Amino acid sequence: MIKLSHIKKIYETSSGPLQALKDVSLTIDRGEIYGIIGLSGAGKSTLVRCINMLERPTEGTVEIDGQDLTKMNEKQLRAVRKKIGMIFQQFNLLSSSTVYENVAFPLKLAGTDKKTIREKVMPLLKLVGLEQKAQQYPAQLSGGQKQRVGIARALASGPSILLCDEATSALDPQTTQAILNLIKKINRELQITVVIITHEMKVIKDICTKVAVIDHGVIAEKGPVIDVFINPQQAITREFISVLLSDELPSAFRQQPVSKEPIEGGHLLLRLTFIGESADEPVIMQLIKNAPDIDASILFGDLDQIQAIPYGRMIIGLKGSAEKVEMARKWLEKQELKVEVIGYVRRNDTALV
Amino acid sequence: MSEEMILRLFEALGQTIYMVSVSMVIAALIGIPLGVLLVTTAKGQILECVAFNRVLAGIVNAVRSVPFIILLVAIIPFTRIIVGTSIGTTAAMVPLTLAAIPFIGRQVENSIKEVPYGLIEAAQSLGATPLQIIRHVLLPEALSSIVSQLTTVIIGLIGASAMAGTIGGGGIGDLAIRYGYQRFRPDIMLATVVILIVVVQLVQFIGNRIAMRLNKK
Ligand SMILES: Nc1ncnc2c1ncn2[C@@H]1O[C@H](COP(=O)(O)OP(=O)(O)O)[C@@H](O)[C@H]1O
Ligand SMILES: [Mg+2]
Repeated sequence: MIKLSHIKKIYETSSGPLQALKDVSLTIDRGEIYGIIGLSGAGKSTLVRCINMLERPTEGTVEIDGQDLTKMNEKQLRAVRKKIGMIFQQFNLLSSSTVYENVAFPLKLAGTDKKTIREKVMPLLKLVGLEQKAQQYPAQLSGGQKQRVGIARALASGPSILLCDEATSALDPQTTQAILNLIKKINRELQITVVIITHEMKVIKDICTKVAVIDHGVIAEKGPVIDVFINPQQAITREFISVLLSDELPSAFRQQPVSKEPIEGGHLLLRLTFIGESADEPVIMQLIKNAPDIDASILFGDLDQIQAIPYGRMIIGLKGSAEKVEMARKWLEKQELKVEVIGYVRRNDTALV
Repeated sequence: MSEEMILRLFEALGQTIYMVSVSMVIAALIGIPLGVLLVTTAKGQILECVAFNRVLAGIVNAVRSVPFIILLVAIIPFTRIIVGTSIGTTAAMVPLTLAAIPFIGRQVENSIKEVPYGLIEAAQSLGATPLQIIRHVLLPEALSSIVSQLTTVIIGLIGASAMAGTIGGGGIGDLAIRYGYQRFRPDIMLATVVILIVVVQLVQFIGNRIAMRLNKK
């Protein structure tokens, strides 16, 4: 378990002190894939470097399995760091060493004999799918392959924690997906706790169990990924999520004034979110059955998954007498889904499609 | 050109090679660690010790700012203490070495500075000690660049060794001045120039080849 308590980090810069982290507390349980998301400069790298004490926090404590790292000297820290692997956006491989030598590097540092090194490195290369590349140099590899070497190196001394600082940010979407799948596999098969730093909500959505949103050195929001997705509390969180979830209205509704009060001849636009089982239910059909006197049109629909949980989103427009529309809304709210009122909008039939 | 003159040329070439290679080896043994210290003791580096770094940089700059011909005569008493004499080929190696040390230090410093800091961080995250970082990260990663820089230093030393004639050091440059210039022997002048050009080309060629071999980027 990783427990960060009241972490503050102040950098002394030429233009005065800069507070990169302001009272950050986080608990990361064993076996979790914990995502930390934030914009550039939010303090993500500083935070993840506090976990293995590449940066010493100015205040606060970093506990790993009950041991307080902030109280340790450099020698003790070096021993602890061997149990915390780390991978980087820029891979940080030794360019003058082969793939094999790079993965063997942490073992060499620990004074392991050649035979044992070989016995450990080869299975790792196999795990990351690079047995064939053992004798190549990093410059001969693609970005995704370089990160695989980085992962194998981070795993060589048998860590219980893997820290990933923007590990996929330099990779294209497909390679990102492959690396994320590998990280997930490592988490599952080797029972390694993973901390992922990213600025992309997709990474969080695809593999994290919990997420913390960091903004200007403060944790703005944290919790299980699914909860944060369905019920974001902070504007910055909604911003991150919205990048992922395009909810485009048909052009007839776009750029029309949205009113909180019913408009004569207007539609009530509702955003519906279905989670889990309810994503499969024929809600719209039932709605029409239960509220027969209104027009219900689906303006947007999307089905996705968060950690294998189906997650559907829909925007519907309801039109009819104010009273009937209100009844339909009430009926929807009683169903197992989340209903958000966007407002009343009049359809603009002259809009160009 | 007489046979005797040809022998003289060969003897002078031998003296040059002797002076330059011995000075170079000794200077590298001191200059490379000096370069490492110049980088690693600076602010924010793995062996941070700012006061020490300033003193070291000050000494390096001081020695580098003295023109070689002046250094040559200025340290004569020191040379006598070290090698027991202040004239001759061996005596000339003392100022040559002394001049090369800060030169190498600065060049190695520049080479090591080019190693991305992320590599140091990665090694630290794997539990490496500062010495392990120097031995397994900084030096191997900078090696190709260091070889290129040392090639430049060797060529510089070949040039400087010509002035060693001032204290009876001998060598190709000395021969050129004594025969080619003072006794007006254009044939000898030409021969020494050709030899110097060939030697410098050869050193540069070999240096480039080794540096290229070592560069895996
Ligand atoms: N070594 C440092 N010295 C001074 N300021 C730093 C240092 N590292 C980071 N910072 C500053 O701290 C803030 C947070 O940086 P960082 O943790 O790298 O953010 P992120 O990884 O979220 O982009 C930024 O304003 C950055 O400029
Ligand atoms: Mg960062």
